[in-house]
Order: sequence, then C-alpha cells, then structure tokens
Amino acid sequence: MTTSVSIKDLSLNFGNVKVLESLDLEVAQGEFIVLLGPSGCGKSTLLNCIAGLLDVSDGQIFISGKNVTWDEPKDRGIGMVFQSYALYPQMTVEKNLSFGLRVARMPKAEIEARVKRASEILQIEPLLQRKPVELSGGQRQRVAIGRALVRDVDVFLFDEPLSNLDAKLRNDLRIEIKRLHARLKNTMIYVTHDQIEAMTLADRIAIMKNGVIQQLADPHTIYNKPVNLFVAGFIGSPSMNFIKGDLSGTTLSVDGQANIPLGNYQFANQTNGASILGIRPEHIAVGEEAKKMPVQMESEIEIVEPMGADTVAWTKIAGQSLTFRAAAEVHLEPGQKVLIGFDPGRGSVFNAASGNRI
Amino acid sequence: MTTEAISSGLSAGALSGPRGPKPKSLTIGRIGVYAFLILSALFFLMPLWVMIVTSLKTMPEIREGHLFNWPALLTFDPWLKAWDTACTGRDCNGLKPGFWNSVKITALSVPVSIVIAMINGYALSFWKYKGSEFLFGVLVFGAFVPYQVVIYPLIIGLSKVGLFATLPGIVIVHTIFGMPILTLLYRNFFASLPIELFKAGRVDGAGFWGIFFRIMLPMSVPITIVAIILQVTGIWNDFLFGTVFAGRENMPMTVQLNNIVTTTTGIREYNVNMAATILTAAVPLVVYFISGKWFVRGIAAGAVKG
Ligand SMILES: Nc1ncnc2c1ncn2[C@@H]1O[C@H](COP(=O)(O)OP(=O)(O)OP(=O)(O)O)[C@@H](O)[C@H]1O
Ligand SMILES: [Mg+2]
Repeated sequence: MTTSVSIKDLSLNFGNVKVLESLDLEVAQGEFIVLLGPSGCGKSTLLNCIAGLLDVSDGQIFISGKNVTWDEPKDRGIGMVFQSYALYPQMTVEKNLSFGLRVARMPKAEIEARVKRASEILQIEPLLQRKPVELSGGQRQRVAIGRALVRDVDVFLFDEPLSNLDAKLRNDLRIEIKRLHARLKNTMIYVTHDQIEAMTLADRIAIMKNGVIQQLADPHTIYNKPVNLFVAGFIGSPSMNFIKGDLSGTTLSVDGQANIPLGNYQFANQTNGASILGIRPEHIAVGEEAKKMPVQMESEIEIVEPMGADTVAWTKIAGQSLTFRAAAEVHLEPGQKVLIGFDPGRGSVFNAASGNRI
Repeated sequence: MTTEAISSGLSAGALSGPRGPKPKSLTIGRIGVYAFLILSALFFLMPLWVMIVTSLKTMPEIREGHLFNWPALLTFDPWLKAWDTACTGRDCNGLKPGFWNSVKITALSVPVSIVIAMINGYALSFWKYKGSEFLFGVLVFGAFVPYQVVIYPLIIGLSKVGLFATLPGIVIVHTIFGMPILTLLYRNFFASLPIELFKAGRVDGAGFWGIFFRIMLPMSVPITIVAIILQVTGIWNDFLFGTVFAGRENMPMTVQLNNIVTTTTGIREYNVNMAATILTAAVPLVVYFISGKWFVRGIAAGAVKG
C-alpha cells in the first residue's frame, strides 16, 4: 500500500492559540479517513492545512509523495467540498463545475468531457443550466462534490459536507458518497462530527480532541477497544457506561458495595488502583439472557425510553447509574426489579488517573 | 328540538366566521398616517414649488410678490439664460461650461474611486496580511477627519507635482476623500460573504485577480450601485473641493451656480437664479429617481447577506 497523504509533525497556531501540535497522520492510497471530534477540536483547521488554505506553523505535508508544504492549493492535487457548498452564485451549475478547468486553461473539448462525466456520476445533468439558488440543498451539495470531481484529483477533502442537510437526505447522500468512493477509489479525508457517518463511511477513523489525534483505527476497533476514556465516551449513543471502582488483580470493587470479577477481560497493561470499567449499553443483557453472562446483578429500573427498534432503560448498580439497551419485545417498566448481566470481556477498563485503557 | 337549533346555529357560525385574506379596511389610524405623510410631503415640496414657479415668471411679475402663484405670463427665457448666457464674473456663458466640467469630474472620479475602494475592500477582507487590520483602522479613522484640516497640505502636495488646479488633480482629491467610506462599504460587504467561497476559488486555482474578477465582482453589483449613487451625488454636489482644486478651467457646476447667484453687477434676477439652481440639482435628483429602488435593495444586500 502506497501512502497518499502524509502529515509529519504538523503544528498550527493562530497567534498564541495552538490549534494543532506535532500532528502526524499517514493516509494510504484509496483510503477513506474520517476525522471525528467535538466542535472546535481543529478538524477543519487540519483539513485547511492539507488543502493549503492555511499556512502551517511547523511540519510538513506530502501528497502522493511530493512535499506540498509550500504549494498553492491548486498544485496539490486535491479537491475540496465545503459544508456551506460555496457554489459561485452568479454561475450556472455547468460554469461552477468547469470554473477550475477554465482557470487552468484546459481545452474546451476536455472540459466538456469532464463536466459530462461528473454530472453523469452525480446525476445532475438536468440541472446544468440552473443557478445555485434554483437548487435544493441536496442538489447543491452534489454540485459541490462535482466541482471536486471534475478536477480529477488524487485526494478529496470533505468538510462536513452533509451537516446542512436534513436527516433523510443525509442518509441518502452518505450512501452516494460511499458508492462514489467504491467507484473512484480516490483517497478521501472526511470531516464530520456525526458518528454514524464516521462509522459507516470510514476505513479508519481519527478521533481528535484539542488538536491531538487520540486514536486512529478502523471503526470496529474504535468502537470495541477505545484507547482512552475520551474516545470511549465520544463514540456510541447512548454513550458507554462508566463504573468507577478500585482494581486489585482482576477484581473491581465498587464502593465496597459490589465486586465485579473481570475474569475474561484481557488486560494490556494491568495497573491496580482507581479504575473505570466501561461497558456499552448494548452489551448488557437482561432477563433470561443475563443468566448466561459471567457477571450478573439485580437492579431496579428507573426510567424507560422506548426507541421503536429497541428500548433504553436507566437503572443503578452500587449507586452508579447505568443504561442498557434491550430488545423492544422485553417488557420493562419503572420500579421493576430485573436481572442484568454482562461480559467484562467485551468492556474496556481504564486507569482513572490517566484515562488510558489498561 | 332546542338542541337541534343550538347545534345548527353553531355550525352556521363556524362556516360564516373569518376565512381567507383579512379585508383591508381604512381605519382612523390609517387615515391619520396618510394625512400626516401627505402634509409633510407638501411641506417639503413647498420650496421646490416656489422655485419652479419663480423660474417661470418674468421679473416684473416676481416683484409683485405673489410667491406661490402660477405665473400669469409663462416664460422659459430664465432657463435659457441660466444655461447659456448668465454671467459668472467676467464671462457670460451660463451654466453650460460648468455642467460639462461637472460631468467630466464625476465621470472620472466615480469609477476611479469605486474601483480602488473595491480592490481595497476585497484585499482587506480576504487577503489579510500582517497589519491589514491596522491599515483598515487608519482608513476608517480617515472618515472622521474634517476635510478642512487636510486641504492646505493637499494644495502644497498637488502643486509640487504640478497637478494643482487640473482635472487629474480634482479627480485625485475626490478619490482620496471618497476612499474611507467606500472602502468601509466594500469591506463590510465582502466580509459578509461566506469565506468558503473564497477558499473554493483558491482550490479551483484562481488567484488574487481571478477570484476578484470572476467570483467577487459579479456578486457586488448591488453594493456597487449604492457606491455609485453615493459618489455621483457627493461629487456632483461638492463645492469646496471644486473651488479649491479644480482650477478656473474645470470649475464644476456648483461653483458656477454660486458665481451666478452672488454676482453683484446689475439687478438680481431671481428667475434666472432659480432656474440655474434647479438645473444644478437635477442630476442627483435624476440619479435618485432612477436608482432609488436599487439603492434600498443594495443597502439591504450589504447589511444582510449577498
Ligand atoms: N482564524 C482563526 N483565528 C483564531 N482562532 C481560530 C481561527 N479559526 C479557528 N480558530 C480556532 O481553532 C480551533 C479549531 O477550529 P476548527 O474550525 O478547526 O474546529 P472544528 O474542529 O472544525 O470545529 P467544528 O466541528 O465546529 O467545525 C477553535 O478553537 C477555533 O476557535
Ligand atoms: Mg469545522
């Protein structure tokens, strides 16, 4: 696998504010990388650095093996799609698509061929003579993607391309982007703060916080083996349950009220002391199912939230609140006493002081 | 039976209740508003009326003193005289040369000042560099400096380079004094545009001028109309700079109007003075009438979003 985008020791400051610090990232040819993180963590900033729209304070950026740190955006072999579409309002769709090519003084025939191909792929041929105001949000975003497409570049950069659209359209376009990637096999770097988008689209997800990549891994690993408390809490909805306790050997004692044996949890770096057991709501079983689990306990239901496909219930164990997800058929009501159970092997254990997985 | 009557009464009421657009009725409040508007319009139009009727009267009739009356003997001679033969000091060519001078000055100063301000505003919004905010601050500060303070240094400077009392000289002066407010206008307009538009242009390979001409310029039509109106009226109505910087050859219409009105030889011809004044004020008025709608629209476009 060859490297497509390589970021080495990248730093970026706005005046005294350090937004990115010594960031390293290697993206393989044809890979779909999603940058995910809370608002203000520097995702757009990183993308703008890769695009060449911001001058980096330190470090290097390589695209397709070429050092592009000082290159103009147009010379980097990238196409970019913005959250606000950023279509040129006075130009028709066709002119919007061909603008970059006309600036580069490409022959007319070649421009026409490329616009035709892009508009076919994105199914916007009937819209070519319209102005952006005459398009719906989904159509505008398609044109914006088309503008990157015609440039025939190696790397696509997306900055929250779907976040201005309604839920239904977002789902549709998400599938289209996935299809597009399968067809074109370009490298794509995609910024979002929607975890569903991240989980469904990404080959690998980079979770960012305060300008630092916390974990870079495939969606399965991010979901099941988060490296620290931040990643664990950020991914998943409802979010992961955290049970605070004291770890000695393989037993977590919770406030002296309960002892949870972590028998089949595979420690990477066992450290005794204050620890946190993270267990996802969907990994907690209830009723008959719970009887098969290594850890079982009685608890009383406090709140029930029926979601349609399943039900989320809130309860407490050893004084700490816990949510779990049950099948919609399971009858649950507040005040009911139920048996719940889970397998610590599917959970994550973190050191309370460092927040890191152990 | 009674219940039946009640229920049918109810359903009839539901059908005959308000439905569709609310009818517009002339309330007392509305009549008051209109009356007030009409009265204020009349009040402000009164001087114009007096000017028009006076300009159409003969001197003997004016001396009778019926200020508001329609002329008994209609004459257009004062208008012809104001345009063609009225005396300004020594020469008696009317307002005509002044009109053409004003046209020249305005036609040159308006585009020059607007183009420069547009580029300024564009650069200050999108191509920020170290000190650009400071420069903008200085420019805005310039809007508050009283003109009189800078006139003397400007005279010295322009005569050093041989441009004092020339057409290019007066154009430069108008450009300089229009710069702060126009730059402010354009910078705020460009700053209200989404920055992504600029970024998209850069990714597409357009440079400083490419983005300016092909993306930003087509979007700035409404704000440019505002700028044109501001500049045309401002420069046409200018008296101070025209007197000081234009020189005898390029005296604008306003200065000549002043000379005609204040001329001390012979009797005061009120009808000619009125005609001359209306002629001078006509150009900005026409500009307003033609572009009033655009003006309002442009201000709104600048204030909210392109
Ligand atoms: N031009 C700027 N000047 C100063 N600080 C900036 C500038 N642009 C961004 N920042 C700061 O840099 C940080 C990262 O911003 P960035 O836009 O990259 O966030 P983000 O991760 O894209 O967030 P979001 O999800 O809300 O888009 C923020 O704290 C922001 O305040
Ligand atoms: Mg962002």
